[in-house]
Amino acid sequence: MSSPILKLVAQRVALGILLLLAVSVLIFAGTQILPGDVAQAILGQSATPESLANLREQLGLNQPAYLRYFHWLGGVLTGDLGTAMSSGQDIATSIKGRLWNTLFLAFWAAIVAVPLAIILGLIAVRYRNGWVDKLISGLALASTSFPEFFIGYVLVYFFAVKWQIFPGISTVYDGMPFGERMQAIALPATALTLVVLAHMMRMTRAAILNVMQSAYVETAELKGLSAFNVIRKHAFPNAIAPIINVVMLNLAYLIVGVVVVEVIFVYPGMGQYLVDHVTKRDVPVVQAVGLIFAAVYISLNIIADIAAIVANPRLRHPK
Amino acid sequence: MADSKAKPGLLLDIRNLRIEATVFPPGEPPKNIVLVHDVSLTLEKGKVLGLIGESGAGKSTIGLSSMGYGRGGVRITGGEVILNGRDILKGGKDGFRKLRGREVCYVAQSAAAAFNPAHRLMDQVVEATLLHGTATRAEAEKRAVALFKKLSLPNPETIGERFPHQVSGGQLQRVMTAMALCSEPDLIVFDEPTTALDVTTQIDVLAAIKDAIRDTHVAALYITHDLAVVAQVSDEIMVLRHGRLVEWGGTRQIIKEPRQEYTNALVSVHEIEHAEQKPGMTPFLSVKNVTAAYGRSHIKVLKNVSVDIYPGQTLAVVGESGSGKSTLARAITGLLPPEQGTVTFDGRPLANRLADRLKEDLRQLQMIYQMADVAMNPRQTVGTIIGRPLEFYFGIRGRERDKRVAELLDKIEMGKGFSDRYPAELSGGQKQRVCIARSLAAKPKLIICDEVTSALDPLVAHGILELLLELQKEENVAYLFITHDLATVKSIADSIAVMYRGEVVRYGPKSKVLAPPFDAYTDLLLSSVPEMEIGWLEKAIKGRRMASAGN
Repeated sequence: MSSPILKLVAQRVALGILLLLAVSVLIFAGTQILPGDVAQAILGQSATPESLANLREQLGLNQPAYLRYFHWLGGVLTGDLGTAMSSGQDIATSIKGRLWNTLFLAFWAAIVAVPLAIILGLIAVRYRNGWVDKLISGLALASTSFPEFFIGYVLVYFFAVKWQIFPGISTVYDGMPFGERMQAIALPATALTLVVLAHMMRMTRAAILNVMQSAYVETAELKGLSAFNVIRKHAFPNAIAPIINVVMLNLAYLIVGVVVVEVIFVYPGMGQYLVDHVTKRDVPVVQAVGLIFAAVYISLNIIADIAAIVANPRLRHPK
Repeated sequence: MADSKAKPGLLLDIRNLRIEATVFPPGEPPKNIVLVHDVSLTLEKGKVLGLIGESGAGKSTIGLSSMGYGRGGVRITGGEVILNGRDILKGGKDGFRKLRGREVCYVAQSAAAAFNPAHRLMDQVVEATLLHGTATRAEAEKRAVALFKKLSLPNPETIGERFPHQVSGGQLQRVMTAMALCSEPDLIVFDEPTTALDVTTQIDVLAAIKDAIRDTHVAALYITHDLAVVAQVSDEIMVLRHGRLVEWGGTRQIIKEPRQEYTNALVSVHEIEHAEQKPGMTPFLSVKNVTAAYGRSHIKVLKNVSVDIYPGQTLAVVGESGSGKSTLARAITGLLPPEQGTVTFDGRPLANRLADRLKEDLRQLQMIYQMADVAMNPRQTVGTIIGRPLEFYFGIRGRERDKRVAELLDKIEMGKGFSDRYPAELSGGQKQRVCIARSLAAKPKLIICDEVTSALDPLVAHGILELLLELQKEENVAYLFITHDLATVKSIADSIAVMYRGEVVRYGPKSKVLAPPFDAYTDLLLSSVPEMEIGWLEKAIKGRRMASAGN
């Protein structure tokens, strides 16, 4: 690895950290602007002015906002996400298990969806404008166009109710055997796969088709390579940067956008946790989850940027 | 011809080849057009046949048919292509795949685009050999290194480890030739292999290709629009026009005793007799000690450049790519503000930056570009394109504007009917004429012509040059004529500046610059221009005093 690459990568990472700080300010500011008072929310309507004032003092709500921000940020950086108001539990502890569950679900959905989308994209290019291409595009678009709750309920109806292959409610618990766990997440993972498949597949197809116009693709054809090898060996490596970008966007969606699917399948992940606490107006939890989601989004996009830099031979091997 | 299948030594026998394509004209139903009309040719083992013609003559299409390949929707609809005794058109897709890269290989016009930027050169060079299983990887790589040596590439042992962007254009073209030779084919199709190169680089690549063909006994179809180039490498030449055969004969016969009028037109030298005008007393535009660089780079693209332009005269700027010709134009127009030095116009200094210049200054300096297609908005009609400067600089609108547009169209020898056409409906030469009319519409004192004839066929380019000279007489406009082509320079220039690596190495009136004694670079430049003479290449290589920079 040479210095221009290291420099570019360092720039991207630094930019990501800056962005994350900016997001943390926004999240903090956003929750401060919301109407209502935390102390009031905790103590309820019947609280006396004295107890309210006491609690405010205790929570540090009388301090200026910027001090509270730095206090909060300091806590976040040392792993202290604060305490949930509704339950009084430590947020970091309750999030840990749920984040793990969400990552587990997203991981298995991605393991299926990403290779499937890329292979389908390659096949669509190979048979471009033919019926295979149209069938793949049509099905993928249809699965994306349906809202995820609809897909979720259709899956539940067939696989859980009618044929009873997979459970309709994805309960998982600590120490659950791997096989059972996989069976539990089969339906939500399928729903997620169907949702993100089309976007990645269409982008793969478009990115490769763009490269297929190049003179070096003609060179490869004139060497006698088969159509599929031309795509795989000569077109795909040059289309990898845009593909990685869209894959990372969809991975981020798998982690932070699963709220609806988790609720449908009653899966104990981050999404459900967030929904529960939004309804309870539990500001510290919303802040913590918001920050984690932002961190996931930003780091996946940094990875995409870095991968695109590394995939470029001009940057990897300067003159 | 009928018994040619039995003739020993015959490699390729194309009979009554017919090639069609479907075109989709805007607003009309798709229609079939015939690109190649029943062309026949034969090629013996180890011989070189040059295919020559203007763009649209069907030369590349015919060349690629020997591999059963049609570019973008082009279909072979009739005839036979007999290679090594069998009709390859009957072999189907699998048959084509087996012969491509094994029996027939291809060398493209732009090697820079034809190499995959993602893979190392060696992997690409040996790919076809390994695919067809004619050698092991070690053998193929050994063969490739030997070919790199033969093609006199620098560091033949290690150049294969490089990526395409790490190697210069002239070298890439030779690596591509090595790639074609590596699988030891019977036939190589060279498709304008030196057209994209500088003259000084072209001569080396041409010599390398010629030696390689001679030593490996491979047969070749050599496609080019440049008769002088093809005369150096071919045994026979076939002249094509609009997809039909014009004339086919031995190289000497074609260039010395052409039988067809069209061939004669191609062969005869198109020098325009242009009497040099003596520079007047005061130049209206002076470039003084200009130094310029792109970005914050330390590499100066222009170094201390000074030239003068006189009213109604032409200054030609010659040099190879990267010599700073176009950068000089950018510095004069203000697109690239010089770091040092000044540009004086009509006795007063021009602002360095484009944004600081007066509208009047902008009007006085107009530009015409090499690529006329991309210099025009494809969604505007010719009338709108030419009328725009009239509105912008003079506020002429409505009927008055239409009248002026008609006059300008008349000046560029195109009828009024073109006013409503779109650029896509025009030929390459017509597009360039429209660009000329657009620049004239501003009534400038100076038009900067940046390689305006380089993308055009010789006969069309000839017409454009004549038009430019005619307009200079009528309008008393001066030209800064940027080109790499010395024949063009002779036809149009009054004075010449030769540029090399950002510096003006020779500058003065045409008669002085083109007369000996020459400096080493001008000598190299002049001696590298191909002449339509058999044996010129060997003579030129022998007589050179310095090596070209592109190598």
